Amino acid sequence: MTLAVTVASLPVVEASRTIELQDVSAGYDGVPVLRDVDLTVRAGELLALVGPNGAGKSTLLKVVAGLLPPMRGRVRVLGARAGEESGRVAYLPQAESLRWDYPLLVEDVVLMGRIAKLGVGRRAAAADREDARAALARVDARDLAQRPIAALSGGQRQRVLLARTLVAGPDVLLLDEPATGVDPTTEEQLMRVLEQLAAEGKTVVVSTHDLAGVMAHFPRVVSLNGRIVADGTTAVLRDDRILRETYGGHRPGGPQLYGDEHHA
Amino acid sequence: MPDLFAPLAFTFVQRALVGSVLVGIVCASVGVFVVLRGLAFLGDAISHAAFPGVVIAFLFKVNLAIGGSIAAVASALTVGLIARRSGLREDVAIGVVFSGMFALGVVLFSGIKSYTGDLLGILFGDVLGVNEEQLAIAGVVTLVVVVSLWLVWKELVFVSFDPVGAAAAGLPVLRYDALLLALIGVTIAVSVQVVGIILVVAMLVTPAAAARLVAGTLRDMLALALAFAVGSAIVGIALSFFGNTASGATIVLVTTAVFALVWGIRAVRLRLLGA
Repeated sequence: MTLAVTVASLPVVEASRTIELQDVSAGYDGVPVLRDVDLTVRAGELLALVGPNGAGKSTLLKVVAGLLPPMRGRVRVLGARAGEESGRVAYLPQAESLRWDYPLLVEDVVLMGRIAKLGVGRRAAAADREDARAALARVDARDLAQRPIAALSGGQRQRVLLARTLVAGPDVLLLDEPATGVDPTTEEQLMRVLEQLAAEGKTVVVSTHDLAGVMAHFPRVVSLNGRIVADGTTAVLRDDRILRETYGGHRPGGPQLYGDEHHA
Repeated sequence: MPDLFAPLAFTFVQRALVGSVLVGIVCASVGVFVVLRGLAFLGDAISHAAFPGVVIAFLFKVNLAIGGSIAAVASALTVGLIARRSGLREDVAIGVVFSGMFALGVVLFSGIKSYTGDLLGILFGDVLGVNEEQLAIAGVVTLVVVVSLWLVWKELVFVSFDPVGAAAAGLPVLRYDALLLALIGVTIAVSVQVVGIILVVAMLVTPAAAARLVAGTLRDMLALALAFAVGSAIVGIALSFFGNTASGATIVLVTTAVFALVWGIRAVRLRLLGA
């Protein structure tokens, strides 16, 4: 018996373009960090942004999130201008930019994902708390719900932030260095969640320094160094010429300046 | 032993109690955010910026708290604007705007030939001289501030904890920051009557700071700050009555003592748990 599966019998659906950047330049105080970026990301894609510090990874994510208006070019997210669909776009900031010393419980932080939807004057209801617990369970951190955030490890912080992102119920997820300061077990678990989300049809864009993690998990890689150097499969990371253009003299995997102040 | 409740027979003591309790409530609530966001210096500066408004209100025989509020809120918002537009650090903008405002107040003040206790009261507080109109204004302001905080509590927490994440979620972060500054300004202006310009920042910062030392959740921090502030207000009024001391400063000293006590208890507890 032969399996006769023709291409025509498979549903060929053109997945919708959720992020479109055309000829975008962006930066701070009139100085561009990123130039001439053309990028299209579709629903269901899991994309890694790689490049050295200052390459424009965070800048690109901020432009898509609507946090930074581009200096030039056209940005469309979910068919609207960047920032307009903020309810369907979740942005996970670099963990170090948050005030982890605040007297908050993990559940409080996860529920922040609901604040924009709840609106002024309305408190989280039992259903919201249930969703928060479910989101924590999904990142394998259910037992952290009543823990003070000041006591969390780097890996736990990232789990909590991802749970907050999930509670917002987004179609597009933008994650700024979620693998920084995270132990290998946590990273594997977080990656599994991101892969599931992509499989569910979400668009997931992740900036990272962890090239080994990218090799293992990401179907698509965009390497940046002030512009897009390469855009393709993980083969990008095996191409010496591309690596040189992305990282200059620095070989990735060698000593890198994590915790650099300038995460542009 | 003196009868602790005897002073309550005096109307001015009753008014002073109500006034300082209201100030305790409004300062402790706003103070939670002042402490969390490290705005103590801004609070101190705003109180000094209220001074010219108070003097002008005095000259035109308007309620002093209204004049103070306008000057304080306007200066606070100006600082935010300068810091954003000029690229200067916020503490620098604060130093420029508020010392200028205080100097303006002093110049206007020195031009008044026959200033009275009213104005000195603004500098050092005169809760025993609070009249019913001032109490009514303090009551309304306290109500407005508390209701505003209740409405936007979770938004202010989000914006303070993670401004970038809050902006990405679609919250108007700059507007919430401006609202917080305005609430701080109004709170200071209305509290000046009780503790005076020089000491008002203590009411804003000290009870909330003591609460911050021991509270594990924001709810606890707010509850403790309220308890410390209201308790200090009542105890301070009583002490100043029996000791015949300046009431505003006495209240502030009680909050300082509460802070020291909480600090000590925490240190002992940490040592016991740690050892």
